[in-house]
Amino acid sequence: MLTSFHSRPGRRRFLAGAAAATATVLAPAPFVLARPAPIRIGVLLPYSGTYAMLGTAITDGMKLSLAQAGETLAGRPVEYIIVDSEASPQQAPQNTRKLVVRDRVDVLVGPVHSGVALAMAQIVGARGAPLMIIPNAGADALTRELCAPNVFRSSFSNWQTGYPCGKVMADDGHRSIVTITWRYAAGDEIMGAGAEHFEALGGRVIKHIRVPFPDVSFQAHLSEIASLAPDAVFAFFSGGGAVQFVRDYAAAGLKARIPLYGPGFLTEGVAGAQGEAADGIRSTMHYVDDLDIPVNRRFRDAYRDAYGREADVFAVQGYDTGTLIARSATAVDGDTSAVGDMAAALEGIRLEGSPRGAWQMSPAHNPTQTFYLRDVVDGRHRVLGVAAEALADPATGCTLA
Amino acid sequence: MDLAGFLVQLLNGVQAGFLLFLVASGLTLVFGIIGVINLAHGAFYMIGAYLAFWLTGLTGSLLAAVVVGVAVLVVLGIAVERLAIGFLYNRDHLQQVLLTFGLILVLDDLQRLIWGSDFHSVPVPAVLSGAVALTQQQDYPVYRLFVSAVCIAVALGLFVLIQRTRVGMAIRAAASNREMAEALGIDVGRLFTLVFALGVALAGFAGMVAAPISAVYPGMGDRILILAFVIVVIGGIGSVKGAFAGAMLVGIADTFGRVLVPEVASMVMYGVMAVVLLWRPQGLFGRPA
Repeated sequence: MLTSFHSRPGRRRFLAGAAAATATVLAPAPFVLARPAPIRIGVLLPYSGTYAMLGTAITDGMKLSLAQAGETLAGRPVEYIIVDSEASPQQAPQNTRKLVVRDRVDVLVGPVHSGVALAMAQIVGARGAPLMIIPNAGADALTRELCAPNVFRSSFSNWQTGYPCGKVMADDGHRSIVTITWRYAAGDEIMGAGAEHFEALGGRVIKHIRVPFPDVSFQAHLSEIASLAPDAVFAFFSGGGAVQFVRDYAAAGLKARIPLYGPGFLTEGVAGAQGEAADGIRSTMHYVDDLDIPVNRRFRDAYRDAYGREADVFAVQGYDTGTLIARSATAVDGDTSAVGDMAAALEGIRLEGSPRGAWQMSPAHNPTQTFYLRDVVDGRHRVLGVAAEALADPATGCTLA
Repeated sequence: MDLAGFLVQLLNGVQAGFLLFLVASGLTLVFGIIGVINLAHGAFYMIGAYLAFWLTGLTGSLLAAVVVGVAVLVVLGIAVERLAIGFLYNRDHLQQVLLTFGLILVLDDLQRLIWGSDFHSVPVPAVLSGAVALTQQQDYPVYRLFVSAVCIAVALGLFVLIQRTRVGMAIRAAASNREMAEALGIDVGRLFTLVFALGVALAGFAGMVAAPISAVYPGMGDRILILAFVIVVIGGIGSVKGAFAGAMLVGIADTFGRVLVPEVASMVMYGVMAVVLLWRPQGLFGRPA
């Protein structure tokens, strides 16, 4: 910093200044008087356990975005302070305080798990600083009751992932459904939104089946579904549960008789492990790998070149998180102490360059975005059309909206 | 629930019971005979499932994978017993629990190093991939029936091994009085190594057989471990017969609990355990302490 020459120069600072001065002589770049302080990005994501792959994809996506911005924001280099959240809500307050109070990060990114997110958002929202961007956790409350001026979400609300599917099932001519998911908050929010939409369009929900979380024995429930004989089944499980449910559903011969629908996470990232059993399952999501728009193709190529892996929806959410950070930091010309101005720069911001297609930040700080209808063919997701255009979360109870 | 629905759910419960028995039998054997509480039993189950995934991919045959996998697990079991468990027979249970808990962490990391944290599945072998019509709406996969048959075979095999063979006699002798068995010339050290390896192989075998009807993923053994302990306690510690009865009871109670009282489904099997223990504190087939 230039000002350091006017304050009392310590030995190290003097040496740094001298080195910079020498550098100026050797390489006549006009601005290399001293290296500006880095912008510190605190990252609290899971890198171990069930969600490890999600944490890694989000981090990689974000880093790719900021690398494309030249690794500097308004002239300040970017520094990452990365903490493994272990997807543990119990440790979330401690980890958050460590990053915010001790490391004094300029921007906080995280997490994946909704329980962790609720703890983080309450702490950061109450302090009013720093700027926080949630790259995954879908708990509705984060952009409803708990919404805060400095907390933004770059992913989705649980409500959004389920709601469009209600219309898809009704449009496909189904009159009655059974919903099945784990007995936990995300399951209730996603299934509730889809069922509400389906009922509003004249459909009937025969039964809401709830499986103890995170149990993966589904036989009893499959027999129950068979005896209830609905027109369609609306299901949400993730990870190992999604693999097992979809395979068991097909093995019980139900898939051929009762079509299966769900939010995108029923098959996203696990379609390979589900194999043939996933073929034909219709789901709604805010991103599809094969989305045929130029920015998505460019993003996927760049991600593959950088990491040697295929990008997924989590990488996209990380990538957009990086874009939001860059836009907010540039808006205040690198002065990250102006949290209010950084947040103001993200109000209603429209991300034209998002791989998922352009989306806009809602007044409650959640993406207003397009949800696609997709199905699975040979382990890959295929775009069938748009399930909901510019879908905004209702933001019930948010005082910002 | 009509009669057809009841019978279908009974079938589901019995089938779940068979699979649970396969996991619990190894645990009760190790617990009852060599007195070791093996918390890593679920981790060995997971390793078995990953071996099935990996070896099926290499050989293209689940049968070959199971044969090779069981051999790998026996070697692993012998190594673990010789290098770790064997030193703790005379220590108290807390130290065994700590050691086997440490083993869980080691095996979890091993799994992550070798196979990563992705989700996998194992295809059902082509000959067993069919399904039989159960009701007008539902089919029953042939492979699940096959798994039940395998479990019955293993149950019978264990019964014959322990009750009808010389090795089994030695095992029973060593279990009831170690010093006396040694005095009679039985190499109890080697016997215990064998029993522990058998327990590990049974856990891994269960994981391999279950792999095609289950997803293969990190931490898949954790819940199985708790279920297996519930079954062992219900059946009576160390009793293979008890493990069979306990597994059936838990499988059927859990299945009907899910359908009839979904709000408290996750507590039904613990309720069953509490009732059994109130009635017979030593478990269904346990020897009174």
